[in-house]
Amino acid sequence: MDGIFLQQLINGLTLGAVYGLIAIGYTMVYGIIGMINFAHGEVYMISAYLSAIGLALLSFFGLESFPLLIFGTLLFTVCVTGLYGWVIERIAYKPLRNSTRLAPLISAIGISLILQNYVQISQGARQQGVPTLLDGAFRVAIGEGFLQISYTKVFILVAAFAGMAALTWVIHRTRLGRMCRATQQDRKMAQILGIDTDRVISAVFVIGAAMAALAGVLITMNYGTFDFYAGFVIGIKAFTAAVLGGIGSLPGAMLGGLILGVAEAQFSGLVNTDYKDVFSFSLLVLILIFRPQGLLGRPQVAKV
Amino acid sequence: MSQKIAGKGFLALAVSAALGLSSVVQAEILIGVAGPHTGPSAAIGEQYWRGASQAAADINAAGGINGEPIKLVKGDDACEPKQAVAVANRLVDQDKVAGVIGHFCSSSTIPASAVYDEAAVLMITPGSTNPVVTDRRLNVVFRMCGRDDQQGQVAADFIVDTLKGARVAIIHDKDTYGQGIANAAKARLNERGVTEVLYEGLTRGEKDFNALVTKLRGANVDVVYFGGLHPEAGPLLRQMREQGLTAHFVSGDGVVTDELVTTAGGPQYVKGAYMTFGADPRKIADGQAVVEKLRAGGYEPEGYTLYAYASLQTMAAAFNGVGSNDAEEASAWLKSHSVPTVMGSKAWDRKGDLKVSDYVLYQWDDQGKYHQLP
Repeated sequence: MDGIFLQQLINGLTLGAVYGLIAIGYTMVYGIIGMINFAHGEVYMISAYLSAIGLALLSFFGLESFPLLIFGTLLFTVCVTGLYGWVIERIAYKPLRNSTRLAPLISAIGISLILQNYVQISQGARQQGVPTLLDGAFRVAIGEGFLQISYTKVFILVAAFAGMAALTWVIHRTRLGRMCRATQQDRKMAQILGIDTDRVISAVFVIGAAMAALAGVLITMNYGTFDFYAGFVIGIKAFTAAVLGGIGSLPGAMLGGLILGVAEAQFSGLVNTDYKDVFSFSLLVLILIFRPQGLLGRPQVAKV
Repeated sequence: MSQKIAGKGFLALAVSAALGLSSVVQAEILIGVAGPHTGPSAAIGEQYWRGASQAAADINAAGGINGEPIKLVKGDDACEPKQAVAVANRLVDQDKVAGVIGHFCSSSTIPASAVYDEAAVLMITPGSTNPVVTDRRLNVVFRMCGRDDQQGQVAADFIVDTLKGARVAIIHDKDTYGQGIANAAKARLNERGVTEVLYEGLTRGEKDFNALVTKLRGANVDVVYFGGLHPEAGPLLRQMREQGLTAHFVSGDGVVTDELVTTAGGPQYVKGAYMTFGADPRKIADGQAVVEKLRAGGYEPEGYTLYAYASLQTMAAAFNGVGSNDAEEASAWLKSHSVPTVMGSKAWDRKGDLKVSDYVLYQWDDQGKYHQLP
């Protein structure tokens, strides 16, 4: 039984790490302009397609070694998805910066529909897939059964935490990060002090999209299949993770993702798969009742 | 002078009357082809469309329905019940179709058929297998395929007799179709004295079933029966194999498409999986000419292609049999006659189900193709 428990923990952690990466996009955008970017799930979906295109391109040029292939794909996907993030912000949100809070929310839903249909029409409605890149797994015998973690999952965990660490470093140690934090605290004041807040906001969208791209590559590697609708379910889960961890907080997004992933896996394992979503959302409700700002979120202080 | 004008006027009238008459003769009979033309199951929609298009071309070449050529209208439900009802209303009210070939997902077919019943439009579904489709005794509803309870029974018998499964897990996707065939299989297994060790539903649209697979591993199952569609079946199968679970995988006709290989990530994962499906219609002698024609056009008539062809053939035969497009008369005609189709001669019972179902087992090989088991 212990072996099963540990195995579910591993299942949950890998799933949660990916939720966390996508949740970062929601939480950063919310932190800086107080808006929920509903098109973010679709950005992840685009990145899944891009990673398949990148893989195909690199294999076409004769690249075969796994590290080169995966880093080439990662670079390609992160760059192009970042570009998507930038363009989306430019077209859909920037013109609405000073309008009501609801307007960009509606244009986010619009962008999400546009992206879905654009991919469906240009790439076809069929299920897409990529071949398995990394085969094999570590196995440890425990009692009668065994504990298994595939190389792909190890790679996902390492890459997700490396991505998180790099992002934390950028936010806390670089000039761009300082500008981001300043804009988050008080956009008007930052502007008065000479920070180009429009560019900072663009940068935040690009960073969020880049994290979603990292998740896109990792998920494509792990499950090998996606379609134009792939962003919907995972987008909702990642948004939940962001709220759970405290929307606006970076470590909160990652923590929320991990908790959500582990809760789903353990509940499926111990009780029932049918009701795992009911369980995770009940958990969300409970946490929000006792900590309305989420686990690591800062309580809202009314500005006078 | 005035006589001349009158003469000309008469001539013009005669000409226009003749033209009017000929345009009545040239009128088309509209038939809807409803199904998932977009969305995750769009591959099936294409099979429907290809099959029906070929049938329309062949029937038109032979004189059409009661002298009128068939024109097909696409109705896209994307396998969503709400959209299916909207599409059904559009086909009936706006396009004024005489009949509908469709839908596919049972959860779409059931609400849509209520619309056709109210409007008295004949509906033949090539692929909806849920019992409820015909159990409501709607007069205008027929199907070209078997029923889930028959399908589940065949699968359950196979699990007991051939696979000798003792620890069977039943997984479904909580949808009308998936849970329907899973329940049918479960009932039969219990009848045969096998109690399932696990009965659970997964969520459509998700890709990570590792937690479920770990649970299957912990329960030490030797057969997994899955009621659902290929977008979930593929990842489930892959994650089972990745976690080293070697249990037999048995599913239904919801995974009958080459896309199962894509969603599973390669033929090495689908190898050995079983599924129930009607005996391969491509192998039936009556349909060889049509199969060749479709192949010559560069299309392999897999899955439901020939079912759609046969559905339109049946509809044409019924309308020709009664000499009109009246759905009630055509329905009565179909229930008392048998129709020669590309899938052999077919006859329907009072509910609109086929009198003889032809479910058999198929197995996937290591090349990512499926073959009928001997």
